[in-house]
This record gives sequence, C-alpha cells and structure tokens, in this order.
Amino acid sequence: MTDVIAPPVETHEPTELHLPPEVPGDGHEPDHGGHEAHGPTGILKWLTSTDHKVIGLSYMITSIVIFYLSGITALILRLQLTSPHSSLLSFGQYNALFTMHGSLMLYLFAGPFAFGGLANYIVPLQIGAPDMAFPRLNALSYWLYLTGSITMLMTIFVAGGAAQFGWVAYAPLSSATSSPGAGPDLWIMALALTGFSAIFTGVNLCGTIFYLRAPGMTMFRMPIFTWNMLVTGILILIAFPVLTAALIMLFADRHFGTHIYTAVGCHLVNGLPMRSCGSPLLWQNLFWFFGHPEVYILALPFFGIVTEVLPVFSKKPVFGYKGMVFATMAIAALSTGVWAHHMFTTGAVLLPFFSFLSLLIAVPTGIKFFNWIGTMWHGQLQFTTPMLFCLGFLFAFLMGGVTGIMLASPPIDFATHDTYFVVAHFHQVLFGTAVFAGFGGVYYWYPKMFGRMLRESLGKWHFWLMFIGFWITFMPQYVVGLLGMPRRVASYPSNLGWQSYNIVSTVGAFIIAASFAFLLVNFVVSWRKPIPAGDNPWDAQTLEWATTSPPPHHNFTHLPPIRSERPTWDYNHPDALTVPHGKGAHNGHANGSGNGSGNGRVKETV
Amino acid sequence: MRVSAVFLLFLGLFFGLIGLVYWFWAYEDGGAVMLLGATLLGFLPGGYYFFWYRRFHGHKYFFWGKIPVAGERSSDRVDAEMADGAGNIDAFPGTSIWPFVMGMGAFMTVLALVFGAWLLFIGVPLILTALTGVTAESRRGGNV
Repeated sequence: MTDVIAPPVETHEPTELHLPPEVPGDGHEPDHGGHEAHGPTGILKWLTSTDHKVIGLSYMITSIVIFYLSGITALILRLQLTSPHSSLLSFGQYNALFTMHGSLMLYLFAGPFAFGGLANYIVPLQIGAPDMAFPRLNALSYWLYLTGSITMLMTIFVAGGAAQFGWVAYAPLSSATSSPGAGPDLWIMALALTGFSAIFTGVNLCGTIFYLRAPGMTMFRMPIFTWNMLVTGILILIAFPVLTAALIMLFADRHFGTHIYTAVGCHLVNGLPMRSCGSPLLWQNLFWFFGHPEVYILALPFFGIVTEVLPVFSKKPVFGYKGMVFATMAIAALSTGVWAHHMFTTGAVLLPFFSFLSLLIAVPTGIKFFNWIGTMWHGQLQFTTPMLFCLGFLFAFLMGGVTGIMLASPPIDFATHDTYFVVAHFHQVLFGTAVFAGFGGVYYWYPKMFGRMLRESLGKWHFWLMFIGFWITFMPQYVVGLLGMPRRVASYPSNLGWQSYNIVSTVGAFIIAASFAFLLVNFVVSWRKPIPAGDNPWDAQTLEWATTSPPPHHNFTHLPPIRSERPTWDYNHPDALTVPHGKGAHNGHANGSGNGSGNGRVKETV
Repeated sequence: MRVSAVFLLFLGLFFGLIGLVYWFWAYEDGGAVMLLGATLLGFLPGGYYFFWYRRFHGHKYFFWGKIPVAGERSSDRVDAEMADGAGNIDAFPGTSIWPFVMGMGAFMTVLALVFGAWLLFIGVPLILTALTGVTAESRRGGNV
C-alpha cells in the first residue's frame, strides 16, 4: 500500500498541545492513535514496516540489546584484570573478548543507536516531515544492520573462535596468516553489512533534511539535534565508504592473493620501496580516515541530544543557536583532517599537521560548552532525569576532551600511546556521549515514543549509580596508564603496584552494571503500570512535541505555524514576553500565533 | 537552498584546502586521495544546490542566462504558511516486504564468502526477487 501524503493543515485554534506531566496512571494502556494503528500488526508489521518510527524503534531495541551484551564482555574483562595473573580467561579468550567488546560498542551500539535509532525516529518529527525521504531504503538499512549484528555474534560460535585483532584490525595482524579462520572473515562481513547500512542511513538523513522540511522550517530554524544529524549524515558519507572499501581489500588480501596490506614482493628502487608496493600502514591510513570521523559520528548526535534537553529544562531558548551550528560544522570539517593522530608513533605521519588540526578541534568544542553553560545560565533549572544525564555528560565529556587535547600533543602521545591512559580517555569521551547523553535522550523521548512516562525515582537511581561508577571505573585507569600499564593485556607484573587500581576500576564497572538494572526495571514498571505522558509532558519547544504520543502514522494531523526554532513553545505560549537579543531580532509575531521573530534569531523568553 | 549550497560548498572548499596543504607538505598519496574524495563530496551536491538556487532566482545557469523567477521553496522561506506547501508531498510506501527480502539476500550472499558458494543459490535469487519486486512496487504505487 502506498500513501500519497498531503501536508498537514495549519490550525489557528489556540489549543494547548501539551498535557500536564503527572497524570495519574489508571493501569490501562494509554489511548492513542499511534503508529500501531496503521497496516499489519505483530511480527508482520516489524518485517514489512517502512514507517521511520517503527524502524527507529527496531534500531534502538536492537542496539540496546547489543549494549547490554557488550557490557557483559566488559565486566568479564575487568574481572580478569583484578588479579595480575588471573586464570579466568586464556590470552586468546581475552583478546577475542576485547575485540568483541569494542566492535559491538562502536560499530553496533553507539552509531546505530544514534543515527539509526534516535535520528530515524526524531528527525522527521522535528522538521514536520511525514517519513524519511526513502522509506524502503530505510527499512533495508535496518535489515542490513540486524544481519550484520547477527554475523558479528556468530563469530563466537565458529571453529577457531572470534577475531582477536581488536576493533581496529591492524594489518598485518588481521592477515590470513596471523588471524586464520572463519571468525575474522565473519567480522569483516559484519562490518561490510553495517557499513552499507550506515551509508544508506546517511543518504536518507541528508535527503530528508534537505527536501522534506515543512513550510517555514528553514535551515536556521531546524532544531540543533537535526542540524547535528545532517552533519553526521555527511560525515557518514565521507567515512563509511572508506571503511567498506578497506574491508573489501582486507578480504581480498586474506583470500584472493592480493598484497594490498602486506609488503611482500616489494623491492627497492633508488633505495626506496616501489610506490606500487603493498603497505600495512595503508590499512591504518584508511581505517583512521574512517575511524576519527567515526568518533564524531558517535559524538555529534549526542551533542544534539544535550542541546535539545538543556533548553527545555532551563526554560530558555538555546544560547547561541548559530554558534552551535557553526561549531558543529567546524568540528565535522576538522575531524576529517586529523585521522593520523592515531598513528603518531608509527613515525610515518606528518606530526605538526595532524597535531595542529587536532588541537584546533578544541575551539568549536569549547564554543559548544560555553553555549551549553550559557543556555543554563539564569534558567529555571529542573533537575529531571534527562537533565541529570545531560549534566553528567558535561562533566564526563569535559574530562575526556581535556585528556584528548593532551593526546593531540605528540610528546605526550608518544609517552602514553597504547597505555591505559588512552583507554581511560576514549572511554570518558564515548561513555560521556553515547551513554550519558544517549540514555538522557532515551529518558527525554521515551514519553513521545510510547505515550507513557518512565519513573523519575528509578531514573535518578540509574543516573547517580552510573555517575559514581563512571568516575570510579575510569579515573584509576588514567593513573595506571601513566604508571605504564599497557592496554590489551590479560596479565601484568605483580610488583608494579597496578593491581589496586585495577580492583577499584573493576568495582566501578560493576556499579555501572548495577545502574543499568534500574533502567530495565524502569521499562518494566512503565509497561505494567503506565503513567500516560500526554503530548508534551516536558513543555518542550520543538516540533515533535506538537503531535500525539506516540505520533500517528505519517506523524502529524496538523502543524503549528513555524516562526522560530521552537515552534511548539511559540504555539503553547503565545503571550510569553520575548526580549530579543541579536541584530534585528524583534520584527516578529509574523502571523499572530507565535512569538518568533521570523528570522530565526535566538531570543530570550522571560 | 542557499544555506544547503553554501554549507556543502564550504565543506568542499575546506577539504580541498587542507588536501592541498597536506599534499604539498606530506607528499602522502593515500590521505590526499581521500581528502580529494571528501572535497568532491562537498562540491558535487553543493554545486547542484547552488545551480538550483540560482535557477529559482531567475538565472538559467550558474551566473548567465535569464528565466522567470520561481522563488524559494516554502521550506526555505521564513514567512511561509502551511498552505504554501499545499499539494502532495510525495508517495510514501505504507508497508513493503522487499527491503526484508533484500536484507536476507545480502546476508546469505556475504555468508557465502565465508561458508561456501552454495549459499549464493539462496542469496542471489533473493536479491534479484527483491530488486524486481521493489521496482514493480514503486512503479505501480502499491504492494506487489
């Protein structure tokens, strides 16, 4: 069945679009005309749906399952390190587990959760679109992601076991000689499938945002989350094709006799290797040309979540809207020119070039921090669960970011390369973004997705345990890294004083694990005893809160006028006194139904 | 459309500049080629948007030739009303089995590279069936 969609009719009735947050639950399912109300139901709906909301939810559920599985691998790894010569795992099993942990978290959780799950669900709603631009391609993306995830998990069960070369699969360790067997081949195929999935999603995000915005939703009125997803989509299109091509060449090296990543057969011409000679360093170049933008592919969506949540719970517009947009663009642009800062110690890269560009990323990131603080400054702060998670993100990411600046300096990088200092750094960056901000996004948008609230008390238990566990886990890793403990080791000398730090880190990891039990309990409680959310429980500002919870098929029955970057707030607060700041900001009330300025500039609402 | 064009052209320009600096400083061809690819990724769609932005404003090509001014799309106008977007947005499939079939076909095909060519006898027909089905579905405007 194909639906020909006409735009939702604008309404001028000043109907409240939100309900109070704490409507007492009556034990019944919330009555809504959600996405369940259209087409087939049950398993057939899941198999055939091209609705972005169903696909987005499928992505999120799959990626959260992956997250829990990967968390279990992390706990086993931490248990191994509580003793210098633990017999819990063999060296091979330890290598396979950390490879699986990194691969699951980075390729199959953090990215797909953000651009496959949250973006799929939220972006069309935020721009007033009925669906993604290419719904069938969107569905195909999910099936490739799911089959890629299954392929990755299959590596555990094949003869020879899972790949043991880490999530970066450096050549020549990933060659058929060093890593024989079906496990590494399946690892390559899993990433090829998810790579194509990501590319299709990137195309879909860009197409949707460029072409399906509602009338009046200009580029500079888009919510920052949507802006960040647009930039993420472009980064995906830059980075993932390189990874997919690199993987195909790796497979060819392993099975078809090519020598793209091996120096076999090279001979010297005038004292230099022939230019057509294969090179293990080529893999690192290609991989990190994907891998460093990938870090920002994993970070920018979560920056977007934070930029959505902070204004809502500060009761203010985002501070420095355009600054945020330009900072996002600058981060994306710079992130494509810094790939070889992961390769400083190879001795074969241009240190000043990559060091300078890496240090430069601190500037737009600092602008973002400044604007996040500016958004909260003098706001009416509400410390709800999503807000707490985003505040936790600020602390976690700040620490990860500062150590990132340190690592951008070659002398420090040479001293700390491949130590636990680096492990602590990137876990603080990625845990700060994908976990703190990511689950902040889950708490924030869950009412929109399911029409029911999560419990605040359980959410706060989740946050505080995770926040405490986070610092206990990763701060000792900085210290033990500076003491010289290398990463990716299953045992270590017992006379160097590393054990106590590892024990503390393991205790922290288990506290984090305990915190995630509260999330599961929260999901169960919200399903067994639902508290209806209403359309806009947070009194939020952007367009997704102007429709029902969950939204109907094709999203909107009517749309409010779009006169600023926060149309739902304008619509729900027509009498709010606005104090413009910025040149020419107050020309407003364009059609009498909003308090927007008509030019998309940021204003302060009193 | 102007913002989209400027945004993409800026990215292409930036990648081009650092690509040039990188090439003449490092003489490393792998990275330079990837930066060239990123430059094209900015310039090609950016140039396309710029072309259409100019056409909407009465320029037949980028800078020369005149045609009637069509004006901006409603999604690019700050004063647009919802009614300005009247008419059909597009035809969206309500449901389709073909993405699932194609996904399973791709799954079997990549597994064939690991476990043996016999899996191609499942994977390739699934992909071909899905390609045929989705094309017919798209053309007929309904489920096939």
